[in-house]
Amino acid sequence: MAEAQDIIRMQGIAKSFPGVIALEAVDFSLRKGEIHALMGENGAGKSTLIKVLTGVEQPDRGTIELDGKPIQVRSPQHSQELGISTVYQEVNLCTNISVAENIMLGHEPHRFGSIDWRKMNELASKAINRLSIDVDVTQPLGNYSVAIQQMVAITRALEVLSAKVLILDEPTSSLDIHETDLLFAVMRNLKKEGIGIIFITHFLDQVYQIADRITVLRNGKLVGTFEAASLPRVELVAKMLGRSLTELNAMSKTRSQEEENKEKQTLMEAKGLGLTGSLDPVDLELNSNEILGLAGLLGSGRTEVANLIFGVDAPDKGSLTVCGEKAERFSPLESLKRGVALCPENRKAEGIVGDLTIRENIILALQARCGWFKFLSRQEQDQIADKYIKLLGIVTPSPDQLVKNLSGGNQQKVILARWLATDPKVLILDEPTRGIDVGAKTEIQKLVMKLAEEGKSCVFISSELEEVLRISHRVVVMRDRKKAAEYAGDVDDQTLIHTMAGEL
Amino acid sequence: MWKRIRESRLLWPFVAWIIILAFDAIVEPGFFRLGIIEDPVYGKHLYGNLVDIFNNGAPLMLVAIGMTLVIATGGVDLSVGAVIAISAAMGAVLINPALGNQLITNDILTKNATNTPLPLIILADLAAGTLCGLWNGILVSRAKIQPMVATLILMVAGRGIAQLITNGQIMTIYYTPYFWFGNGYILGLPVSIYIVAVVFLLAWLLVRKTAIGLFVESVGINAKSTYYSGINEQNVKLLAYTFCGFCGAIAGLILSSYVHSADGNNNGLNYELDAILAVVMGGTLMSGGRFSMFASVIGAVVIWTFTVTVYSLGVPANALLAAKAVLVMVVILLYSDYTRRFMNRLFERRGTQHGTAD
Repeated sequence: MAEAQDIIRMQGIAKSFPGVIALEAVDFSLRKGEIHALMGENGAGKSTLIKVLTGVEQPDRGTIELDGKPIQVRSPQHSQELGISTVYQEVNLCTNISVAENIMLGHEPHRFGSIDWRKMNELASKAINRLSIDVDVTQPLGNYSVAIQQMVAITRALEVLSAKVLILDEPTSSLDIHETDLLFAVMRNLKKEGIGIIFITHFLDQVYQIADRITVLRNGKLVGTFEAASLPRVELVAKMLGRSLTELNAMSKTRSQEEENKEKQTLMEAKGLGLTGSLDPVDLELNSNEILGLAGLLGSGRTEVANLIFGVDAPDKGSLTVCGEKAERFSPLESLKRGVALCPENRKAEGIVGDLTIRENIILALQARCGWFKFLSRQEQDQIADKYIKLLGIVTPSPDQLVKNLSGGNQQKVILARWLATDPKVLILDEPTRGIDVGAKTEIQKLVMKLAEEGKSCVFISSELEEVLRISHRVVVMRDRKKAAEYAGDVDDQTLIHTMAGEL
Repeated sequence: MWKRIRESRLLWPFVAWIIILAFDAIVEPGFFRLGIIEDPVYGKHLYGNLVDIFNNGAPLMLVAIGMTLVIATGGVDLSVGAVIAISAAMGAVLINPALGNQLITNDILTKNATNTPLPLIILADLAAGTLCGLWNGILVSRAKIQPMVATLILMVAGRGIAQLITNGQIMTIYYTPYFWFGNGYILGLPVSIYIVAVVFLLAWLLVRKTAIGLFVESVGINAKSTYYSGINEQNVKLLAYTFCGFCGAIAGLILSSYVHSADGNNNGLNYELDAILAVVMGGTLMSGGRFSMFASVIGAVVIWTFTVTVYSLGVPANALLAAKAVLVMVVILLYSDYTRRFMNRLFERRGTQHGTAD
């Protein structure tokens, strides 16, 4: 019976890109009048699944059925014609033309060969009233908030493209609480009308507020589809991270604690450090010779903490003290001078300079500190590059290879080398092991532990709990852009999962 | 060995130059003739088409040097032509012997004299152009306006500013010492060649003997990573645009000296486009990154050799642009991925056949 109500049924969907398996035999179904949340960490395969459904990518294997009939989605346009519409995080409408025009774009009613404006406005306001929101359709779209703009995009999807399936990709990430409630009201209305909604988000609270079922993906594989009411929050987080609760309970801590006996000295202290709209005030303390783990789901505020400390974004609240000196100005260069270094989360966009050689990449930060005119001689450059290539075990035939030709793990080591060359006191590592193979992963973990032994202090950010627990002396858990809790190193991961889920 | 030559930025500009020169040698046997002539003012000096190419091409070479840095940061400077006009106008106005005179007569206007010391004139020229470059740099690096749009402002407004400076007139210069820059000779070679050499040397020292070259390339490849590495990427851009303005100013000085006048509408017309072409010919990508100023200078030489060739074939000046379009097309085709793959295949096959690859 339930199967008969399925609007969309995807079976055995597989998709691989060169070197990566993005999806492996994933099943997914969407019922009529259902809000179905799609969950998973980065790289889980959510966006690939949506791309397959909307015709951006063609699946290698698997079938898609729409209303029981097998279909092949050839292109995004084709998917719209089939009644599958997507509203993206960043609204892709034109803010400088009226709401009515945005809704009716390409389907304007004509009269005597020109646009019939009155009829268009009439149609548009009728359409938007369906969502029971009050909007003057003759106003430029830019006059309204992002939330309303999203509603307009939804209206366009429903009315002009007569969508039966609506995909909302992180719709609430830039909305405040009130606007989110408004969006949810609209979603519930649509649900009543029998529209199927796929809802992608990182916010756990919202999933439980609105979703009927939850499908969890991990590493391109289907973990399962669950009724939201019967899946406890903790279990959802455990599933996203890939642990069963029983397994977690059985595990015990094995890390040696001898470093704990060493004398502690506060090296860096953040007091109420925050940035409006990005991070609520956070207190952090980092001792010498210590690895501080920063755990939390994607979007929990872990990267924001790193960016504030490193000065990529300047905080507007609180203070930061490094080695007893209060930080006055914030920029990567200032941090570099303070002895704070950051290996950023996005290695490709913020880390490597692909078309420069390994040698040039390694000396870049050191050269930045030396300034424009004290150019390191070629001999010094070679010495530094050789030293770190050997020390970190970067696999390359020569330091004059372009960095873009290296594997992910080696690229990460090059960035690490860039910062080690500046001899920092505090090293922030944001997801240093993401997207690199298992061998390189353990190598980097060992390296971080060795650095801490040798006197560096590290902030280690990762979405892999196992990793955080194995190498951290203390763990701070972030949730919803706030610091949720702080634990000593002997915390078990079940507690962490509960904290991340917001039940502790 | 082959591979190094094939991948060198200098390969294509040199090949293009040699092809054009070979064409000249066939079509016009007298093209390469060099002679020594006695000039009443500047004494004995070399003359001939090749000397002309370098003398007339000097302003473009200068502009190409500056443009290389700007393009390497991932930007572009459309205003260099207008900067040339501003610098030229500045010079002409300051030279004007009527400056400060109550009564202006034709005698005074056409007198071979000036009330402003020559060093001051040169300084004012350079300052005007450098300020223009600084303005572009501020718009791009601080106001974060797209380089094409930001420099378009001065490209359009600059010619107006030049005319404001000269009061809307085309100003003829009668002060002969000023002519030296564009027409003089040192040891039988044009002064402008020496100026290019000095500026090139300065720029090369600035870029390769300090970290600036590395920073410029890094910004052009990935500005965000560069910023995350602690480099003030805004100042790197600011410097590039300012230097480009400085180069435009010197070009304006030589050009106005060469034609004995300043004309806000026509001084340095289309120089920005020729300079971009020269840089692209030199193998610097428009998206920024690795650059070679020397290759850009060769690119400028190719453009001027082509221009002189077209003129000496008797093609009228107004058809020159059409002929240049052909050159642009050939260059773009040569640099396309398709050609590169084709060449690589061609060379690799030969290499394996004869066992002499690399």
